[in-house]
Amino acid sequence: MATPLLEITALTKGFPGVTALDAVDFVLHRGEIHALMGENGAGKSTLIKVLTGVFPRDGGETRLEGQIIVPRSPREAEALGISTVYQEVNLIPHLSVAENICLGRQPTWLGAIRWRAIARRARVALARLDLTLDVNRQLSSYSIAVQQLVAIARALDVSAKLLILDEPTSSLDKTEVEELFKKLRKLREGGLGIIFITHFLDQVYEISDSITVLRNGCRVGCFATRDLPRIKLVSHMIGKAVQQVEALERKRASADSIRSEAPLLEARGLGRKGALQPLDLEIRPGEVVGLAGLLGSGRTETARLLFGVDRPDQGTVRVNHKAVRFNSPRTAIRYRIALTPEDRKVAGIIPNLSVRENIVLALQASRGSWRRLPVTEQEKLADQFIQALGIKTPSREQVMRNLSGGNQQKVLLARWLATEPKLFILDEPTRGIDVGAKAEVEKLIQSLRQEGLAVLFISSELEEVVRQSQRVVVLRDRRKVDELTEGEISEEAIMQSIATHNLERPVT
Amino acid sequence: MIDWFSDLLFWVVFGLILFSLRGQRIFWTVGALGLLLLFNQFFTPGFFHIQLLDGHLYGSRIDVLNQGAKVMLLSLGMVLVIATGGVDLSVGAVMAIAAAVSSRLLVTEHQPAGVAIVVALAVSVLAGAWNGVLVAGFGIQPIVATLVLMVAGRGVAQLITEGQIINFLDPAMVYIGNGHLFALPFTLTLVLFMLALAFFLVRRTALGLFIESVGDNDEASRYSGINARQVKFLVYTFSGLCAGLAGLVACSNIKSADANNIGLYLELDAILAVVVGGTSLQGGRFYLIGAVVGGLFIQTLTTTMYARNVSSDISPVPKALVIIAVCLFQSESFRKRFSGFAQSLGRVPKPHGSGPRQNLSTVTPHDSPKP
Repeated sequence: MATPLLEITALTKGFPGVTALDAVDFVLHRGEIHALMGENGAGKSTLIKVLTGVFPRDGGETRLEGQIIVPRSPREAEALGISTVYQEVNLIPHLSVAENICLGRQPTWLGAIRWRAIARRARVALARLDLTLDVNRQLSSYSIAVQQLVAIARALDVSAKLLILDEPTSSLDKTEVEELFKKLRKLREGGLGIIFITHFLDQVYEISDSITVLRNGCRVGCFATRDLPRIKLVSHMIGKAVQQVEALERKRASADSIRSEAPLLEARGLGRKGALQPLDLEIRPGEVVGLAGLLGSGRTETARLLFGVDRPDQGTVRVNHKAVRFNSPRTAIRYRIALTPEDRKVAGIIPNLSVRENIVLALQASRGSWRRLPVTEQEKLADQFIQALGIKTPSREQVMRNLSGGNQQKVLLARWLATEPKLFILDEPTRGIDVGAKAEVEKLIQSLRQEGLAVLFISSELEEVVRQSQRVVVLRDRRKVDELTEGEISEEAIMQSIATHNLERPVT
Repeated sequence: MIDWFSDLLFWVVFGLILFSLRGQRIFWTVGALGLLLLFNQFFTPGFFHIQLLDGHLYGSRIDVLNQGAKVMLLSLGMVLVIATGGVDLSVGAVMAIAAAVSSRLLVTEHQPAGVAIVVALAVSVLAGAWNGVLVAGFGIQPIVATLVLMVAGRGVAQLITEGQIINFLDPAMVYIGNGHLFALPFTLTLVLFMLALAFFLVRRTALGLFIESVGDNDEASRYSGINARQVKFLVYTFSGLCAGLAGLVACSNIKSADANNIGLYLELDAILAVVVGGTSLQGGRFYLIGAVVGGLFIQTLTTTMYARNVSSDISPVPKALVIIAVCLFQSESFRKRFSGFAQSLGRVPKPHGSGPRQNLSTVTPHDSPKP
């Protein structure tokens, strides 16, 4: 076989405290679309960033067409023929299409920009993708899909040998994805090597020739796509052997605490264009409903719709049989719904306020500004939760940002518990926190359930979902694909649901 | 002799206040004010001279209180706006509008002073509410939203005064900026009253918590159920009220309404006062009293320049240098680096000795180690 286009051997990269990449090998041939798969934190982005010179490497070597390369910046990598298109369109919306394509490498004459040459060059670049656009129009006047294609055209403008696409489809709809794939196939025929990163399994099987799976910074393996069944891929990604899954010890809570058959919350056909296909969901008091699925499958989107962060554009929600419409978290809170968000930093903690203030915040917000909780009451509440949840802080007046991730998470739980919610939506409550805190959070969830709370539990860790839930709703590609009830819940069953191509239970 | 004794008394009281503030954020603001006063005690003759005439106190320090009232009033509104992560550039223009409305009603329309004052304040509140609607309702960036009124407001004031400078002699109106109460300028009472009002509004209700929360993390506040729009609307409205009062004081000071010059560039002084008072322009934690002391500091600086016959053309330069120094010293990391630098020169830092610094590092919550 000829020299591969790209050959990475034993690439290693560490950050303080973590090994992000551990002797990873990767091979890409000309005219190949190679999917890079792995759950969050598996090392995909790090691999790309080392390859394109964003991060320096700690060890290993990279050969492009047999030559050792050590790019020190994305610009150098680009000059070598490695171009990258990122998830979020990385262009400047207020500049024209032509300016965006040529930005940073604009042809000049005696220091002056040659506008006509720019336009010509942009048209040539777009022609490679069979696109004809008005290159002088402002980029933002085109759809996101077209902008994505412009970004690819820009990447190909420098004589690229290797194109890296980091989740290029996450903001595109189905027809747009097909259009993109058509162009990618054409580029593949032209001999370009493409590395494709996505969370959508269907797309991987539709377009890629081979798959490399990473997990925890290590390469699990490289497979030909047609030889790798979906279930195998999923099990490689999450690191559980399919056969062993069934034998896994299951310390699951039973459904004995479900107090009534009447659901506390009932969603029918709840959906939002571009975020979530309509789904049905019921949560009963005393029940933990798990929401499983890979990243980007619509888990967080479901939580946001239920909590009024985003407004649904179809479907109904009933709380205690009463039809409700949440325009903002404020309205959802009025119905005693609470949510700890996936991204603690952005939507959770108030970093410069004290632990006490962070704890009383939601309760105070629901009381309004006039009925202020007296300071002694606030202190009592804070102390009570610091003790009950074992929040490690030198004092209740400590500023929030000085707490560790696990303790911040506990403070957020306390913030909501103080409002005495009836439904608690927990989006990745154990992400980024240490093992001890994790166990405590899990224990807390179970005791809340026994007290009769309804809990919607979202997690990427199937093990956790299986352990916690009485019912599991499985999402894939932004739609509900399955619902597992007591007795059917197992990691294998969930993996099976995620991987199954045909929907077992069509959802309208 | 009496001067000598009153000075001593002043410094003892000042020292006690400063001592009681150790470990708090506004220690640095009050300390800076103290240093500035100390400088004047020794190097500016007559600055500390104080006398009682007709039962009223007169002297440079009293002037500072009286002249500083405008910036102190503005900074009360400004500090809340800045705490939400915004800024209100229009306060100078709103001052001009309030002055124009009150003097027009008083002089041209022959209305009683009470009516003039109430209407002027109502118009200022409306102006603040307008900013609030632009920022909270339409989501326009605060600096742009308030720039609109900053520019247009003076035009509005000109329209109201019909381009004239309106002079008045109404005793009630004149009293606001020139009268005395308890031997001290009435403006001081006004400032203290507004400070108490603001304090009640934000610290006796939960509004202060909401303001800090919104300024610190807007998104997380929304998730917690705080009505961020309402909070923002309120602070801009309150800033309008403060600006209106400052406008009344300003025109009362000179017994006339000059739409072109009243409150000119005062928004910048107010912003500076807030920053000197320890509140970050990023929003979040705010210091009401700090902002007022900051206003006092800036006025003291201005009066010092004036008393030392520094030409008004060049006085902004030393003023700027002093303010930069104060802001730097409020930063924990700068103080650490500075003391390291000073020690490397073989001496202990003079202006902010290592004593209070030591205290600070054990008391401030910001300093405590990660658990």
